Amino acid sequence: MNTITMPNQPTEEKQNLLTVNVWRGGVEGHFDQFTIPARENQTILDVVTEIQQRHDASLSYRFACRVGVCGSCAMTVNGRARWTCRTHVRSLKSDTITIEPLSNMPKIKDLAADLSGFIDKWGAAGSGFRSARNRHDPPAQVDPNSKKRKAANDAIECINCGVCHASCDVVKWNDDYLGPAALNRAWTLVNDERHTGMAETLEAALGSGGCSNCHSQGNCMTACPIGLSPTRSIAGLKKVSLLAMLGVKP
Amino acid sequence: MSETRLYALQRLSAVLMAPMVITHLITIMIAVRGGLTAEEILARTQGFSLWAVFYTVFVIAVAIHAPLGLRKILIEWMKASTRIANGIALILSLAVLALGLRAVIAVTGGGV
Repeated sequence: MNTITMPNQPTEEKQNLLTVNVWRGGVEGHFDQFTIPARENQTILDVVTEIQQRHDASLSYRFACRVGVCGSCAMTVNGRARWTCRTHVRSLKSDTITIEPLSNMPKIKDLAADLSGFIDKWGAAGSGFRSARNRHDPPAQVDPNSKKRKAANDAIECINCGVCHASCDVVKWNDDYLGPAALNRAWTLVNDERHTGMAETLEAALGSGGCSNCHSQGNCMTACPIGLSPTRSIAGLKKVSLLAMLGVKP
Repeated sequence: MSETRLYALQRLSAVLMAPMVITHLITIMIAVRGGLTAEEILARTQGFSLWAVFYTVFVIAVAIHAPLGLRKILIEWMKASTRIANGIALILSLAVLALGLRAVIAVTGGGV
């Protein structure tokens, strides 16, 4: 581990310092240790940005909105995948912070992970919406209180940040498993009465890399920054798969 | 066989096995508590067709359930290919079936 300290550290902040271990490199790499001042209101993204701007400009990381909308800044912080912009340093209850790229994805450089495999799986889960309507047709009338619409509502807010995918043990163990985010998306389509590609979605979501691989450990549900439950969505798909074997269509 | 069918088979066999395991364990405890010998137990079980049916179903459920669990462990933890995992699971299933049914015949039938 390389230790990097700031030479002109303000003396008044010396009592409250954070020790931050940051992953450097790609698949092969090491942790660099930085010491930065703890501040009253400070997110992990603030910490990473401060390191990049004041200590080491070569540090690579990814972010966009900074306010919990885009999901780009997800990283592994103290062993757990989180949105760094929505994780306050004080919530960790530790002066030592270890920051790594997301798990279950190839490391590109430093804190940036390659999400392309994750996005590919999202597509492979039959997640493309297909409609029989076009722009000249009137909008579909979907009853907001219908059982299916409510089931879709519970899962629809996913923004593909990859936190659940990075937290899933089955994704780590089984390369073929599509993962919680992809199957959560498939579940919203299964419950979308406008979707005309149902057969394709079911084939992927119930297939060899699909819902039957899930162990219902609930890591995805615990880790989701916006409180969705892919576990519940996958349980819904499992139910659909069992009913499909009996000839009952969703 | 598709993953969905295997998944369903493992869950259905588990549903069967849950009460059967409890019955099996309670039966053992009741049978052994009085210090029965093997001969005395066999004298009671042999020719008793209800136990023959019970344990035949039990053995079949175990022969389905346990190899499917092992198959997943081999794929997920040992990184075995599906083909190898299927082969090992099938061998285990046949072994459990053969040994289990032989025991059922011995305990509830006329003796092997």
